[in-house]
Amino acid sequence: MRHLLSTKDLARDDAVRILDVAEEMAATADREVKKLPALRGKTIVNLFFEDSTRTRLSFESAAKRLSADVITFSAKGSSVSKGESLKDTAQTLVAMGADAIVVRHHASGAAHRLAHAGWIDAAIINAGDGTHEHPTQALLDAFTLRRRLHGEDARGRALDGARVVIVGDILHSRVARSNVWLLATLGAEVHLVAPRTLQPAGIEAWPATVHELLDDALATGPDAVMMLRIQRERMHDAFFPTEREYARIWGLTAERFAALPADTIVMHPGPMNRGLEIASVAADSTRSTVLDQVTNGVSIRMAVLYLLVSGTDGGRA
Amino acid sequence: MSGILIRGASLVGGDRADIRIADGSIVAVGSASAESGDHVIDADGLVALPGLVDLHTHLREPGGEASETVLTGTRAAAAGGFTAVFAMANTTPVADTAGVVEQVEALGRQHGYATVRPIGAVTVGLAGQQLAELGAMASSRAQVRVFSDDGHCVADPLMMRRALEYVAAFDGVVAQHAQEPRLTEGAQMNEGPLSGELGLTGWPAAAEESIIARDVLLAEHTHSRLHVCHVSTAGSVDVVRWAKARGIQVTAEVTPHHLLLTDETARDYDARFKVNPPLRRAEDVAALRAAVADGTIDIVATDHAPHPDESKECAWSEAAFGMVGLESALSVVQHALVDTGMLDWASVARVLSTTPAHIGRLAGYDRPLSVGAPAHLTLVDPAASRTWSPGELRGRSRNTPYTGLTLPGRVVATVHGGVPTVLDGALVDAETVAAAAGTGR
Amino acid sequence: MSARPVLQTADIGRALRRIAHEILEARRGDGRLVFLGIPTRGAALAKRLHSIVEQIEPGVAEAGTLDVTMHRDDLGRSATRAPAPTRIPSGGIDDAVVVLVDDVLFSGRTVRAALDALADHGRPRAVRLAVLVDRGHRELPIRADFVGKNLPSATSERVFVRLTEVDGVDEVAISS
Ligand SMILES: [Zn+2]
Repeated sequence: MRHLLSTKDLARDDAVRILDVAEEMAATADREVKKLPALRGKTIVNLFFEDSTRTRLSFESAAKRLSADVITFSAKGSSVSKGESLKDTAQTLVAMGADAIVVRHHASGAAHRLAHAGWIDAAIINAGDGTHEHPTQALLDAFTLRRRLHGEDARGRALDGARVVIVGDILHSRVARSNVWLLATLGAEVHLVAPRTLQPAGIEAWPATVHELLDDALATGPDAVMMLRIQRERMHDAFFPTEREYARIWGLTAERFAALPADTIVMHPGPMNRGLEIASVAADSTRSTVLDQVTNGVSIRMAVLYLLVSGTDGGRA
Repeated sequence: MSGILIRGASLVGGDRADIRIADGSIVAVGSASAESGDHVIDADGLVALPGLVDLHTHLREPGGEASETVLTGTRAAAAGGFTAVFAMANTTPVADTAGVVEQVEALGRQHGYATVRPIGAVTVGLAGQQLAELGAMASSRAQVRVFSDDGHCVADPLMMRRALEYVAAFDGVVAQHAQEPRLTEGAQMNEGPLSGELGLTGWPAAAEESIIARDVLLAEHTHSRLHVCHVSTAGSVDVVRWAKARGIQVTAEVTPHHLLLTDETARDYDARFKVNPPLRRAEDVAALRAAVADGTIDIVATDHAPHPDESKECAWSEAAFGMVGLESALSVVQHALVDTGMLDWASVARVLSTTPAHIGRLAGYDRPLSVGAPAHLTLVDPAASRTWSPGELRGRSRNTPYTGLTLPGRVVATVHGGVPTVLDGALVDAETVAAAAGTGR
Repeated sequence: MSARPVLQTADIGRALRRIAHEILEARRGDGRLVFLGIPTRGAALAKRLHSIVEQIEPGVAEAGTLDVTMHRDDLGRSATRAPAPTRIPSGGIDDAVVVLVDDVLFSGRTVRAALDALADHGRPRAVRLAVLVDRGHRELPIRADFVGKNLPSATSERVFVRLTEVDGVDEVAISS
């Protein structure tokens, strides 16, 4: 593992290792000194072509907790948007001594390109590329789910048999893609729910069961329901008629939440549209992992940075 | 009177013959002997093809000289065995007036590497709102016969009907870039399982097929000529086949890259493989090859689309569409169609020379390699092969999708109107070609 | 490569019992004892020392593990190391006498990392070091307070410690 670009190409052992290392990282949060010296002298560049305060802060905090030097480069409004190529930007950053580049880009495949075009030699971590993948989000989701399912015994375990329902705009969701591949790799049973307009081409070949109606999927008695953020603009591109109709058929309403098995957890990558894809009573319940997901994000990102940057072999520990 | 004597070339029919060229024309075919001062080319093992004609080239001049110029583009054409290219209208300014098309045509004549026949825009500024002055372009010194908004689809059905009807008066043809705009908003690659996985907006086959279906019905209704650019799907082939069976005056082209490459090339997000229409499934490639072989698709045209490196060295969705193709076209056709036994060399001459010239109403290509015909020809060594490297390209841009691929065939010599533009596999220098072209030799 | 056995099961048991007694004597009655083993084999040894001490003076000691991976000074020079769990006993380490336990003392760099790692968890009253084998060749000013066996060795030689909990057998061997 030289880079972390997608969960599609992540082996099960590597995925479990990342989750296990994240457990150790999470443990440091309770210590008097939360900072670890593991990446002292290393430079991590956060290269954000797309605004995302949450993800950027999470990576920054992860890198700092590992004592790395952090350079955050918000490419929006800089020379990059004025025509400097991705290649030039990357080469500039490597010339500044970057050991790893965390890249967030509005274009699918940007991280893959940085890693494989032969322009630069640095570890690349995909922090979300277009509508392709967001692997650290899926890893933190899996971490959150594993902790809820296995508690203190989580180390070394995968998610075999766990039933996860993912609902919403699968077509445009990098979170959904990364979760499908990762959850399936970890042995979970994945159910996807979306109207046909929001299902990507070829979804029938994905390692998941596809439903058009949410109630059909909830009837399977899931361990977790993951609600994806719906962008209101989609309505104008005729993906669905109105917010009201979307909420009624694909929203986790108070009624649907009440009818869920008592131990089903509710996940959301955030930020939430309350009243659209998720009712407040579900979002704020003790079964919601929304805040855990934020906390766990830092542990996962520490684990990924540590595994990719600390050794000489790119994480084959 | 000095000329060129080509010794022992294989004609596309299979016979071996000497060919002698003088004063811009073919003066002998069969057995000929050198006269004093003749340049003699030993063509043992080489196939003599009529000069190739590309009905779909983007020369970029005026306005896009960083990517290509008439000079660099026609040098690339000559290197690929072409003696005539039809230059697409999407320049800056757009070739939508007699002034622009005359300028482009004159540049071609001045440089001498190939005949440049400008294509006129169908609508002003390619904007699809108002017909360009098609008649003025047709009657200009550039003698425009092909009209296209290529790069854009003439999407408005009424505009398309009017254009088809209007160009009939000049024996013109509308070359349609068939892409339903609403169905392809933000489209990045073929819509299919891979676009779904990669998170790239899909370009559905139906967006091409529905426009072709509409246009052949309009061509039937208006009794006009329609040419379909770069057909890319099996469904489009079916529509064209149906239209031809009904007697509709439709011709169709396919690009070399659509005959060889599939959408799987997008997997690495390498934008050299980003092209419009997109590379499709293996089934489509197979259907397109079969359609060339059975004549449903009339011609191969390159859609040579040069772009500077920076337009490709970026994220896929930010990269430009298009790939260069003039220099590789013949090799790809040999690899995909000749070496697979689907096409013989006589048919290669048909799809890459005679028929495109006929569709574009370009004179001088109807009696190839016969005594008295203009001397446009190319000599190919089909036994040679080479591994493609962008550094060897003679055009200004390097965006070839074939880097690292070994393809058969090599253009050994090209003669345009009696003027050698390629000899011994190398371009003749620009001064020599321009001087010779100026004297008509 | 031939391995020469140095300690067998009984020898290891004897060494640990002696160390346990020495630790209790040295403690001079001042405060809690916390055994922190350095994973992987140090953790097993800490557990054994703790249970011996429990038999002699019940309730005087606790045991846990202290992972030092993140504090190593050779992280960037070797293959990536996966960290192991750190388990600090519920009483914490503040004002306790911490006994760091490892299998082999060699360069001293692991112990240096352990002292740094320990500081992240609190401020012990004192820190001692117990090792099963001291093979010499120190690269840092560090020495063990309690040693099972001093084993002079050449740098080219390798010392193997195998413990039942990890390897299924108790044995210390040296090979050239
Ligand atoms: Zn086109």
